[in-house]
Amino acid sequence: MFDTAMTWNDLMFMLRGAGVTLWITAIAVAGGTMLGVVFGVIRSSLSPWVTWPLAFVLDILRSVPLLIQLVLVNSFQAIAGWGWSPFTTSCVVLALYTAALVTEVVRGAVLAVPETTRRAARSLGMTWAQDQTQIVFPMALRVGLPSWINVTLGVMKDSALVLWLGIIELLRASQILVTRLQEPMFILMVAGAIYFVISFPIARLGERLEKRWREND
Amino acid sequence: MFDFSYRFQWAQAMRHLPRMLEGALVTLEIAILSLVVGIAIAVLLAVARDSKYIWLRAPATAWVEVARNTPALFQIYMAHFGLGSFGIYLSPYTALLAGIAFNNAGYLAETFRGALRAIPETQTRAGRSLGMGQAQTFRLIVMPQMFRVAFLPTTNQMVWAILMTSLGVTVGMATDLTGIVQNLNARTFRTFELFAIAAVLYYLIAKTVMLGAQLIAWRLFRY
Repeated sequence: MFDTAMTWNDLMFMLRGAGVTLWITAIAVAGGTMLGVVFGVIRSSLSPWVTWPLAFVLDILRSVPLLIQLVLVNSFQAIAGWGWSPFTTSCVVLALYTAALVTEVVRGAVLAVPETTRRAARSLGMTWAQDQTQIVFPMALRVGLPSWINVTLGVMKDSALVLWLGIIELLRASQILVTRLQEPMFILMVAGAIYFVISFPIARLGERLEKRWREND
Repeated sequence: MFDFSYRFQWAQAMRHLPRMLEGALVTLEIAILSLVVGIAIAVLLAVARDSKYIWLRAPATAWVEVARNTPALFQIYMAHFGLGSFGIYLSPYTALLAGIAFNNAGYLAETFRGALRAIPETQTRAGRSLGMGQAQTFRLIVMPQMFRVAFLPTTNQMVWAILMTSLGVTVGMATDLTGIVQNLNARTFRTFELFAIAAVLYYLIAKTVMLGAQLIAWRLFRY
């Protein structure tokens, strides 16, 4: 099992795949976080009677398998004649999916700021915007950041699904090598190790942040 | 922006609804089986992770960290392609079930471990001083309370399991909802219509499971 026909070039091929994985994740998380923060603030400050259409759409994004969403958007953009590349489609779908997850994180974090604290801010003469940026944001950040890190790692792992649209990311790259070298266990273990090396340290960092910030509450 | 030269053929796709519903049943079956297996393993992992013996702690920790830090699709690939290196050839169904159960076990182990910490030590001591054995105390006193604390996260894991079953199509699974839809898609090319119906079905399954779980929770935990 340990004498392998895999060469350094093959490893580079896999690392380039890992680069694609990270690149898609970065775009999706950046876009998804911006959207998610906006949606989260809307969801936490307006009444549910007004925001239910938004809540419904975000719920759908969280309850339909990502694979189905990818195929749906991909075929829809073809039907509508937008001519998106698989890469664009993947980034858009993953960003919307991330937005749905981040919205929940932001909403939970904002609602965790005590109502009395916010009233105190307003009665000291702060405007709504000041209250949001100087009171709610710093306090909600401490609650939300560990969950946000988990969402980011989740999206990184879920981004493996874009292989279905023909993008050569880490898992697809290893699958190609498996087909050529016929050493599934070894190559998949390398791929798993790469995922692990990306994910594990960040997950640990998130856990540590969560613990350290809880001490002061 | 939306100048379609394409005509949607909903009626044609809807004709296949009965077969898709059969697929939905298979999807639900895999999700439930994987959750049951996952819970059973997760309880063992949760106990082993806090064990004082390193030979119990190390493999349990390794399982949990690998399950949580690699993609579910990778885990299914490992079961389907990877085990082939050892001469173990799993069918798509078994590989999918094994992959999801592995993933469920890893995530639920952490949930259960958190739940175990929430149960006061005095409960165990009370059980032991009433003359119960260690295993008996765990089974009759601690475990029921653990399941109650962990009920909501377990429900979420069930929904995740349903969504994960859609990954089976990548290893050639042809009988679950996504597999059947992909099969029909290859024959009719009504990709959008078929997958839109599948999306609605997945949404309904997920919502039904959530509702069912709430009813069960209301029935079990109302006092």
